[in-house]
Amino acid sequence: MRHFFTLVRHEIRLLFIAPPTYVASVLFILLMGFIYWAILRSMTLVPQDTSAITQFFSLFWLPVFFTVPLLTMRSIAEEKNQATLQTLFSAPVPKYAIVLSKFFAAYLLYLILWVLTLYFPLITFNLLSDNLSNASLVNASEIIGSLIFISLSGILFIAIGIFTSSLTRSQLVAGMLCFTFLFIICIGGQQLEYATYNYFAQGSFFFEGIQYVNVIRHFEDFSLGILDTRPFVFYLSISILLLSLTVNMIDSKA
Amino acid sequence: MDENISISVNNLSKNYGKVSAIKNADFQIKKGEIVGLLGPNGAGKSTTMRILGGLLRADSGSATVCGLSVADNSLAIKRKIGFMQENNPLPEDLRVMEYLKLRAELKEVDSKKLSTEVRRVMDLCDLFRTARRKIIRSLSKGFKQRVGIADALIGSPEIIILDEPTIGLDPHQIQGIRKLIDSLRGKYTVLISSHILSEIERNCDRVIIINHGRVVAMGTKPELSEEFIKENHLRLQVSGNIESLITRLKSAKEDYEIKEEQSEQNDYSTIVIKSTEALDISDYTEIVNQISHCQLKGINLIKPDLEAIFLAATKRSWEEIRIKS
Repeated sequence: MRHFFTLVRHEIRLLFIAPPTYVASVLFILLMGFIYWAILRSMTLVPQDTSAITQFFSLFWLPVFFTVPLLTMRSIAEEKNQATLQTLFSAPVPKYAIVLSKFFAAYLLYLILWVLTLYFPLITFNLLSDNLSNASLVNASEIIGSLIFISLSGILFIAIGIFTSSLTRSQLVAGMLCFTFLFIICIGGQQLEYATYNYFAQGSFFFEGIQYVNVIRHFEDFSLGILDTRPFVFYLSISILLLSLTVNMIDSKA
Repeated sequence: MDENISISVNNLSKNYGKVSAIKNADFQIKKGEIVGLLGPNGAGKSTTMRILGGLLRADSGSATVCGLSVADNSLAIKRKIGFMQENNPLPEDLRVMEYLKLRAELKEVDSKKLSTEVRRVMDLCDLFRTARRKIIRSLSKGFKQRVGIADALIGSPEIIILDEPTIGLDPHQIQGIRKLIDSLRGKYTVLISSHILSEIERNCDRVIIINHGRVVAMGTKPELSEEFIKENHLRLQVSGNIESLITRLKSAKEDYEIKEEQSEQNDYSTIVIKSTEALDISDYTEIVNQISHCQLKGINLIKPDLEAIFLAATKRSWEEIRIKS
């Protein structure tokens, strides 16, 4: 564990001196700010069934597509390219500690970015009158449910980024691979559910299976305050698998 | 297990696909020795070092470091070895001090002694005054090599492995690194790889010559010269009546070679006498003195250098491979 904390500190430092981190952060805050503003604007024009914060978090996949690749593409690909991973291996550090430290550093930054978005409803809450803001702007259960989902799904997304970064020496290729995987995970499940809606009976084994891998459906459950254990198993098991594969990847290329 | 042995390699083999990088390598290195691993490019030096450093697994055979099997104790042996890899990859964005502190933490240096230890290695490698706050990217190649060596020295490991520490350096930088390696003598067991023969000759107590993945020679310079250099050479520098001297050498059936002819620029000729038997300086001084109008300008026995030994050892190994195939 001693090595792990040392490496996490080191990785966070590397993330904070890396230009892609700032690009990802600025783009993320700008995009999410714009989305929140657009949601508020649409609420003033047309009455909405869902709260602003639920609508806001329901678009979680949009910033994920560029933030996660930008935060993770350097992590292993760059070290492989500069051969500094070999230097790291020459110290008495287990390989899983190296992978986990890269994962946790990127995950921490990912969470910080999402926590920063809470300023949007808080700012609006302070600016608008109480009766409006209480109900539709800051609903604690929706925020907590959404943030739990964001934190849980983030584990998988960052694990995908770390894994794709271990597949190549090129940051660019790693970023593109990460984007492709994330697209399949985020949009693929939903599209598969639409495509097979008329072919499988609702409640059948196949339909349940397709719903199980639909990330957007998971969000809907969490935002309603439904904490099902199945998504936890889904995200954590695939993340552990991907991180184990990453350890094997860097081990085999050592 | 002999406690005096730091590194022991037995029948070690490693293949990359069909290419054999190391084939049944066998050698031992005693505690406190500075040993040079010599070989042409692609001979298997770096592979051998990476296996010893626990970075690569051998296909067969065994290697032990400080009595510990490298295959079974890869983390434990990394605590005993300071390893500077070929091309010395360093994280370019960090400052020298930040990097060395990180390495000290990863090498499990006691947190209370961390700053002292980093200061010690920076002083040893002459980094503290000049480069401690510099970003690694901005350092010259020589200073980067110093950072790599400082990293290898952190935590005072028992063994230091330096893979091509002087590659790409200018003569001044090479001299600095040489002095640095000299300062390690007696404190650490050092294994250095290089194909710069003069470096190995100056720094090392013993040499291991490796070619095509095989250890083709091993020993001190006199031992190797005895094994591989069968001919003795004597250099004569003479002026005047050279023709008579050559006639005399021919009549005595001496094996000789004229290296330099007497000319307007050069007022003497250089003749090298070769013999499988011992050559006596006084015998040849007398021969020259007996010839009229022939003056002896200089005479000396040529000691074989490491280059001659290296060429002879690798030539022999190539011949052996050719015969086998």
